[in-house]
Formats: sequence, structure tokens, C-alpha cells
Amino acid sequence: MVTTLEKVDVVTVGVGWGGGIIGAECAKAGLKVIGLERGKSRGTADFSLIHDEFRYAMRYDLMQNLAKETITFRNDRKMRALPMRQMGSFLLGEGLGGSGTHWNGHTWRFLPYDFEIKTLTDEKYGKDKLSSDYLLQDWGVTYDELEPYFDKFEKMAGISGEDKNPFWGKRTSDFPTPPMKKTPILKKFETATSKLGYTPFMLPSANLSEAYTNPDGESLAQCQYCGFCERFGCEYGAKTTAEVTVIPTAQKTGNYDVRFHANVVEVMKTGNKVTGVKYIDTQTGEEFIQPAEVVVLTSYVMNNAKLLMVSGIGEMYDPDTGRGTLGKNYGYQILPGATGFFDEQMNVFMGAGSLGMTIDDLNGDNFDHTDLDFIHGASMSITQTGVRPIASNPLPPDTPVWGSEFKKQSIYNYTRTLSIGGQGASIPHKENFLSLDPNYKDAYGVPLLQLTYNFTEQDRNLHKYLTEKSAAIMKEMGAKTVMPGNPLTNYDIVPYQTTHNTGGTIMGADRDTSVVNTQLQHWDAENLFVVGAGNFAHNGGYNPTGTVGALAYRAAEGIVKYSKNGGSLV
Amino acid sequence: MADDKKGLSRRDFLKTTGVATGALVGGGLIGGLVGYNVKKEGKVAGTKGGGETHEVANNRGLMFFQTMAEFNVLSQAVERIFPEDDLGPGAIGLGVPYFIDNQLAGNYGSNVKEYMQGPFFAGESTQGYQSSLTRAEMFRQGILKMEEEAKKRFDKKFVQLEGSQMDEIITAFQKNEVEMRGVSSEYFFKVLRQATLEGAYADPIYNGNINMEAWRMKDFPGNQMTYLADIESEKFMKYDLKSLSNMEH
Repeated sequence: MVTTLEKVDVVTVGVGWGGGIIGAECAKAGLKVIGLERGKSRGTADFSLIHDEFRYAMRYDLMQNLAKETITFRNDRKMRALPMRQMGSFLLGEGLGGSGTHWNGHTWRFLPYDFEIKTLTDEKYGKDKLSSDYLLQDWGVTYDELEPYFDKFEKMAGISGEDKNPFWGKRTSDFPTPPMKKTPILKKFETATSKLGYTPFMLPSANLSEAYTNPDGESLAQCQYCGFCERFGCEYGAKTTAEVTVIPTAQKTGNYDVRFHANVVEVMKTGNKVTGVKYIDTQTGEEFIQPAEVVVLTSYVMNNAKLLMVSGIGEMYDPDTGRGTLGKNYGYQILPGATGFFDEQMNVFMGAGSLGMTIDDLNGDNFDHTDLDFIHGASMSITQTGVRPIASNPLPPDTPVWGSEFKKQSIYNYTRTLSIGGQGASIPHKENFLSLDPNYKDAYGVPLLQLTYNFTEQDRNLHKYLTEKSAAIMKEMGAKTVMPGNPLTNYDIVPYQTTHNTGGTIMGADRDTSVVNTQLQHWDAENLFVVGAGNFAHNGGYNPTGTVGALAYRAAEGIVKYSKNGGSLV
Repeated sequence: MADDKKGLSRRDFLKTTGVATGALVGGGLIGGLVGYNVKKEGKVAGTKGGGETHEVANNRGLMFFQTMAEFNVLSQAVERIFPEDDLGPGAIGLGVPYFIDNQLAGNYGSNVKEYMQGPFFAGESTQGYQSSLTRAEMFRQGILKMEEEAKKRFDKKFVQLEGSQMDEIITAFQKNEVEMRGVSSEYFFKVLRQATLEGAYADPIYNGNINMEAWRMKDFPGNQMTYLADIESEKFMKYDLKSLSNMEH
């Protein structure tokens, strides 16, 4: 028994950054919008007891319940894909705000190079710089076209930063708020990298350096450097998230509503249009159809791809023939880095998710790759996020992992250890892709998404080069022992790495090589939009959210235009 | 022992549980009994800041393990992983065995937030945990296996062993040399070690990290609301430690 509800102008599947931005912009334009959120409502008031490493950082209290839905994983097509039974490598979100609730707040604009990576690489290094197994392609938009939307996202979010990076794209306006405080730990990095000839600058941050009211009238508080950002919500409303900005903005219009515990299982399509979505009320088990003039998929990378697959919308990517686009160009991130052990105690327990300094000298094509066996690179940062005692037990090389020597060393080094980390680009490869699992199902009987992924030669080379550079910086910072990151072997889904998954529903100028057009409108259904890091044709050397935000604002403008005129936006 | 009538003394406890005192070694059981001493001076982690003492009857006890014999094996094993030393208490003194017991009785022990649908296949190490065993089942089996190894190697109970003999057994688990069903001993060791660290360093509201002693050793100040005034300090800062229980109103 399925209940069909009253039709709305726009329905978003998921209410995190994507759903919040689309919701706010469409509602402001007078469209009636419903956000379907599979999780529960939450906000600043729910985070007064948030300083709990065990509950939130170790037991993932804010995150997806894998008992209901997970993915399956294999390193390559010869391996049997098995469920990711426990959370590890990346932390999927659930509930209002999505994974944006427990982000750190690093807010980057991808480099101008990223959007035209194929053209620029071919021009400079020739067509054979990478083998044809790497599916490098331009995004179909340029940085200059996206700049106004980056600007809009940053102003909405109140981003704290300084325009001192010579390598990033030109900005039409300065950061809305000044950079965060430069701590002694950050200064160590600043001094060392300057000495080595690099150009350090304060990391653009969504943990705000001062109180701020955004153009929509939403107020954000000043960051208290409490050290509980990543994996936590902010009890001060000082970390910009969808639930303290765009969602209240949407609600104020009177045109917007969120329906909680609504797990979408299908996008309904007739001819070349979609008609709405089917969802299950997870509290009662009842099924509903929510008809809509426009459907926008704004859940995470994984679920956006899965919904298109189970709904039979678009052609599945086939790694044998290279045909099809859905699931293609899955990307992750390569994390070079180094750890240093110091003599003096430092206030490592203080901090904020985006409190850091970065160099971009080794990112994108900011350095010459002629004699290197890889393209792209990584932003290299030191961050002072607040290290916590369960997860942080730093051990110098050759220390036992338990017993009395372990206890002594882990306690001694807890306040005497720093790390430099790189967010390395991930270049798509023909064997890395998303598909549907033939065996395992979620709690609603829908197949699980299947991930086939391993690191490639390009990844290993990039990692090796930048790990050596990180170790040199750490040495210059005065560490008495420097421990470079281990060489990359096979991708392992167990240890936490990064929640910067990309691709699978990529954007582009050509329908033969992309799932959505440059307005994020589906090539096969003009009233279906797909928004998120799944649109990235490759993953760059930064955290994704700034670029997701810009793409979402640009898509929202397109959706409003589509609602008036219909048809293809490109 | 003026408080004996209000609480349950160690001697009383030993009588009522029928544990033979002769079987005890080290400080193991004494430490393990911390929670059974329901005494007024047994101030636990719910201590209010600013010098105000928040008296809490410490009624901790077993929620998962059914016998003290199993619990004592667990206690000794985690104490070897995180031992008492000149820095301060070890796992037993911090209440870690109770923390683990209590966790095993709840969502963690039953893998409630994890995908536990079949079919189950061994898989590659890069694919992570693939067993149908819950953590509760794994711990129960692991503790039995430790006892079996003690019998096999030294013809003694695990809790009767010298520290170095316990270490030999724990190392055998770590090196995956002990055969377990449905799970590798190496994996059990990893989970046991991780649970020990969680119990030591989690907020005391979870029944480990008694009196925030583990935070004190590590110079982690706990639940401070703000570092805004000190974030630029060149000096290493120390604060009055605070538990989340300070937030109770």
C-alpha cells in the first residue's frame, strides 16, 4: 500500500550541504520545496554534551547506522566484494546536516587547473603523460565560471582566511572574516616552510575567527578552539553547517519543509522525465510517493549513485568496454605526510578543525612535472585540530604497541608530536568504479552499492614524492625524530583515511562521458539534478566541500531557471 | 573499617563469591574489586569541579560476564596491556575491566550499528571484519582461550601466572598463533587492546578512567569549554580536569 502525496515543485533527497543550499535558494525564489531526510532532526542545542571522544569519535554517534545500509567493497574485479561491516576508511553521515555536521570546516576552491586538467596536462606534457587507463577529463566548467558561486558559498558560510596563496584562483573579494589565530604550532610550520622556499598561509576555515552574520541573516558565533570539531557537532554554532545556515534560511521563507525518517528507495521515471521519488518512513515502514516537478539528489556520493542505479536511470559504466558513465571515475584521496617527535610539550589538545597553515607549492600543476612520474599533487598542511587521548597514542619507531614501554612512550609523546598531512589528488582509473552489488541488500531490500577501488601507480608515485617533501619540512621544524608515512600499498577499508569520496555521477560537457551536464542536470531526464562530490571528474588536492558548495549554488540557479522555462539548461 | 556495614568489604565479597583468596596474585583482584567497595570515600569520576565534591555511590558491577573467573582473566590481560607504573594506575586501577564488561553488555557487544547480514566469507584483510561473531561472543571465547593457553603452557590458571607468562600468551594472540573459531586471535588482540585504551581514556562517565587519572597522566584536561584565551600561548597549559559529569545540572 503506497500513499501518493501532494505534488511539490522541488524535492531534495537528503538534507546536508547540497539539500540545504538547493532548498534555501529554490525556496527563496518562491518554489515549494520538500527535503527528505532519512535521519533525524538535530542542531546546536543537541551538542551541549559533545566533548565526548568515546561516544562521537570512536562510536560514531552522529553517523550512519551500517546495520541498515552499507556498501560492499573489493580491491579489484577478481576479488569477491564483501560488505563494509564496520565504519572505518570514511565516515558516512546521517541526519540533518549530513556529514557536513561533523566536518572540520576546511573550505577550498579547487584550482583553475583542476577544472581543465585534461586540456592543460595534454598541452604541457603531451597526451602520453599518463597511460590511457587513467580517465582524465575536463569538468566542462572553468574556475572563472564558478568563481561567483565560490564567492556566494564563502559569504554564506563566513569563511575565515587570508588571500595570501599565490597559487589559487583569482578572488573577486577577500574572505568574509579574518584568519584564525596563529598558534605556536602553526608558526613552527610557517617558519620552516618559508625557510624552504614555500609560501605558507592560513587555511580557509569554517570555524569562524569572529562572530558573523551572513547575507541571509543567519548568525554564527566565534570559534572557542575547544578541540572537538571533526566527528562532532559544534555546541557554539561557531562551525558553519547547513543546519545553522541554509536550512533555517529555507525555513524562514515558508516554502520549505524537511520530512525526517524518510528513506528514499527509488526515483520514478517516465519517458525523459522523472515524476518524483518513492520513500519508506523508517519509523512505521509505510511507503510513500512524493511527486515533484524537479527531483534533486543531494545525498552523499554513495547514495546518489546507488539511487540512479536502482532506478535504472543512465547507462552503467562498463570497465571492459569503457562505455557507460554511471559509476565511472570514482576517486578517493592520497594522503602523504610525516610525523615528528619533539622534546617540548605543546598544547596539542587545543584547536579547531580548520586551524592550520598550508602550502600549495606542491599542489596541482604549481610545480613542474616534466621529470616526475605523476601529475597533480597535494596541499600540504599542519592542522591543530585538538588531538584526543583515546585515538592519539604516538609511538616513535620500534616501540611496542602494548605493555609498559608502550604506556610510557604514548603518554610522553602525546603532547610532543606533530604531523604534516597532504590532501593528495586522486586521478580516476578505469578499474576504479561504483556499481550495484548482486548479493547484499540494505534493510529495505534494496541492493547495496559496490565499490571497486585500489590505489594506482600514479597514486603511489605522488605519495612517495610528497611524503619525502613532508619529512623534509618536519625536519626543518625541529623534530628530533621524523617518521615519514608508510609507502602506499593496497587500499584498505579498515583504518580511517578520509571522507572525501568523489565521482560516480560526474559532470561534463559531453553526454557520452558524463552523468550530468555542467548545470548538474541529468542527461537523460531534464528535471532530475544530481548534486555533490559525485560530480567531481577527479579528486583534487583539497577537501571537497567548498567546491561542492559552489556547484550546488550554480545548480540551484539552474533549477530556478528550469522551473520557469523547462528544457535543457545547456 | 567503619564503612564495612554500609558497603561490601573486600573480605565480604570474597566470602560471598566463593573466590579462593589463595588463587589471587598481584594486585589484580584487589584492583578488580574497586567497584564493589561502596564506600563514601570512594569518590568516583563524578566529582564536581571547583573543589566541590560530588558524592556518588559507586555501584559498579558486572553486566556481561557471568563469573568472576572470566572477569579476572580479562582484568589481568588488560593490566598487562596498560600496566600500573610510576606514572600512575594501570587498566585495573582505572576501571577498564568494568568499562569493557559494561560495553559488551550493550550496543558494542551486539554490533548493533554494524552490518551483520550474511552470507559470510573470510575475505581479504583489506575488506575488514567479516565474521558473524558479535564482540560479546568473541570476548567470551577469547577469555576462554586465554585460560586454555595458561593451562596448556604452564598448567596453571591465567590469573596465577607470572606477568612474563601472561605476556607470552598475549603475544601469541597478537601473532595470531592461537586458534579461535570464527575470528582470528590477532583480531581479538587488536580489539582487546583498543577497548583497553578506550576504557582508560574515555570520559569517566563510562566507568573507566577513574578520577580522570589517565587524563592526568597524559596531560589531557578533559571537557574544557574554551581555549580561546590560551590558544596562542607559548607555554604548555595545565587546567583543572573536567569530566562531562561536570555538565550535570
